[in-house]
Amino acid sequence: MNRIQEKLKVNKKLLSIYFSAGYPSMDDTVEIIQELEKNGVDMIEIGLPFSDPLADGPTIQESSTQALKNGMTSQVLFNQLKSIRDSATIPLVIMGYFNPILQYGVEAFCKSCQEVGIDGLIIPDLPVDVYDTHYKSTFKKYGLINIFLITPQTSADRIRYIDSISEGFIYMVSSSSTTGGQVGFQKEQTDYFERVAKMNLKSPLIVGFGISNHDTFTQATQHTKGAIIGSAFIKHLSVKGIKNIDTFVKNIL
Amino acid sequence: MSYNVDSQGYYGDFGGAFIPEMLYPNVEELRLNYLKVMAEPSFQAAFNALLKDYVGRPSPLYFAKRLSEKYNTKIYLKREDLNHTGAHKINNTIGQILMAQRLGKTRIIAETGAGQHGVATATVCALMGLECIVYMGAIDIKRQAPNVARMKMLGATVVPANSGSKTLKDATNEAIRDWINNPVNTHYIIGSVVGPHPYPDMVARFQAVISEEIQWQLQDKEGRKEPDYIIACVGGGSNAAGAFYHYLDSPSVQLIAAEAAGLGIDSGESAATSFLGKEGIIHGSKTLLMQTSDGQITEPYSISAGLDYPGVGPMHANLYKTKRAEFVAITDDQAMASGLELCKLEGIIPAIESSHALAVFKQKTFKPDDIVVVSLSGRGDKDLETYMRHFEL
Ligand SMILES: Cc1ncc(COP(=O)(O)O)c(C=O)c1O
Repeated sequence: MNRIQEKLKVNKKLLSIYFSAGYPSMDDTVEIIQELEKNGVDMIEIGLPFSDPLADGPTIQESSTQALKNGMTSQVLFNQLKSIRDSATIPLVIMGYFNPILQYGVEAFCKSCQEVGIDGLIIPDLPVDVYDTHYKSTFKKYGLINIFLITPQTSADRIRYIDSISEGFIYMVSSSSTTGGQVGFQKEQTDYFERVAKMNLKSPLIVGFGISNHDTFTQATQHTKGAIIGSAFIKHLSVKGIKNIDTFVKNIL
Repeated sequence: MSYNVDSQGYYGDFGGAFIPEMLYPNVEELRLNYLKVMAEPSFQAAFNALLKDYVGRPSPLYFAKRLSEKYNTKIYLKREDLNHTGAHKINNTIGQILMAQRLGKTRIIAETGAGQHGVATATVCALMGLECIVYMGAIDIKRQAPNVARMKMLGATVVPANSGSKTLKDATNEAIRDWINNPVNTHYIIGSVVGPHPYPDMVARFQAVISEEIQWQLQDKEGRKEPDYIIACVGGGSNAAGAFYHYLDSPSVQLIAAEAAGLGIDSGESAATSFLGKEGIIHGSKTLLMQTSDGQITEPYSISAGLDYPGVGPMHANLYKTKRAEFVAITDDQAMASGLELCKLEGIIPAIESSHALAVFKQKTFKPDDIVVVSLSGRGDKDLETYMRHFEL
C-alpha cells in the first residue's frame, strides 16, 4: 500500500507541511524533510518551483522565484532526493505546475518519482478530466497517487466525480483564493468544511490555504482528516532559515 | 479537417483549459453560456449597433495604390487603425462587456502590455458604467505612460504587477489570480486569443467581424470574396485570428503570420514564439511558448509591446504545426522601416505591431495580379516616442 494511504488510516488529525524545493537555499531540501519528520509532521508536500505559479499568492511566488534563482530544476530535485528513503519514511508528495512536468516528460517524471520514493502528486493546473483520460494509467504504473483540489465553489456533483477517481485524500481549498491570502476562518468556511464532510465521501478531506497556527489547524480539522500549512511555513523559513523547525511545528500541534 | 476549434476546445493538439480547480466554476460558466449568449438576437443587435455607431465599423478596406506599385502587387489595407481607441482590440472588448453584462457580472478585470487592450477595456467599462481594474506590469507602466493616463481618465484602476518579470505575462498572472479571489461577481476580459477554452474561440468570434467585412468589401471591389493572401501580425494572435477567421477552411487563401523577431531570432532577444517555442502550457492553454528546457517560461523581447508575449494562441500554434499558415519572422529594424515607408507612401502612421505585417513585403515576393490583404491592426499614435527614438526625429 502507498504511504499516503497508510497514513490516512492512522487515527489522528494529520498535519501536512508544504515548502518550496530549493528555498531558502538550494541544498536545504533533505534537511527540511528530516526535520519535519523528526518533529511529528505527518506528510510533506515538496513544491517544485515554477516561473508562473497562477494559484499562488506572493509568499509562495517569491519562494519559487528565489528557488529558481538558486538553480532548482526537476532534475536537481530528483538528484537531491536520491537517497531520501534511507532516512525518511514520511509520505512525500510533489506539488508542481504541469508545464515543467510536461517538459520533463510525464512518464519520465513519474518514473523518477517512483525511483526516489515519491508517493503522490498535486498538479493544480492538470484538469481532472485530462488526468482521467490521458495520464491515470501512467500514474498507476509508477505507484503514484494524484491528489485533486476542491473549493467552496465546486458543485456537489463535481465533488462526487473527483471523489470517485481519487485514491488518496481530497485537497480541500479553504476559500476562493490564492495561497496565503487570508488569515483565520469565517463561519462560511467552517460551514463548507462541515457540508462536504457530511457528504460521506470515500476519500478523507485535508484542508489547505489559510492555516497558520494552532487555532486555524484545530478549526480546519474539526470536520476533516487534516490540514496543510504552506505560506506560514515559508514565512518561517524566510525569517529563521531551517533553524527552529521544531518550535514551528510544536506551536501548531 | 477544420482549422477551427473542436467541441472539446482544441485546435488539433492545442488549446484546452489547463486551469486550477479554483478557476473551474468561472471558466465553466463561460464555456456553457458563451455560444448561447452570442446567438441571442438581442446580443447580436447590441453588438452590431455598438460596432457601427461607437467603434465606427465597417472599417474601410483601402486599396493602397502607391504601396502596391512599389511591391508590384495588389495590396489592400484593412483599416482597423481607424476604430475608436485606435486598434482592433475594441471589437473584442465590446463583445466581452456585453457578455459580462448578460452573465450578471459587475466587476471587470483585464491585463495589458502596451496598454491598448487596457484602454479598450477601460473604454467599454466607462460606456457601461462597470468597475474596471487593469493589471499592468510595473515595467510597462513606466514604458507606456500615455496609455496609463488614458485608462485613468476613463475611470479604470491600474494595478502594477510586481511579480516575475513585471511585464505582460505577469500582468496576465495577476489578472488570473484576481479572478481566483473573486469568482462570483467578476468577468475577466482577456485581450487576445489566448487563455483557457473558451477564451481563444470567443475572442476569435468577436474579432471575426474583420474577415466578415473583408469578404463583402473585396466582393464589391474585386468581384471575388477571397484574396490570394492575408497578412497579419501575431502577438497573442487576435487580429490575425479575426482576419483569417472566415478563410481558415478556404485553402486557396494563403495565410501569413508576421511574428516579432526582435533583434533577430537567434539573438536571445526575440518574441518569435513559433520559431523559438516548444509545446507547453501558458495561462491555461496548451500551445507553443518560449521556455527553458526545464519548462520555466522565459521573457520575450520586441520593440513592439503588443507582440511581446512568450506564447501564441492555440489556433495559431495549430496553423503553424499543420503549415496552414506561413510564419515570417520580422526584426525590429525591418518593422520600423516598413512603418516609416507606409507613412511616406500612403500617409498612414501604423502601430509598430502592424508594421511587422507590412515588413513581409520585404521578405516575400508576390505576383502582380495577387490580391494581398494586410490587417492594419492599429494606428501609430501610441508609438510616436518609439518611432522618434528609432529614427532620431
Ligand atoms: C495595434 C496592435 N496590433 C496587434 C497587437 C497584438 O495583439 P494580437 O496578436 O492579439 O492581435 C496589439 C496588442 O496590443 C496591438 O495593439
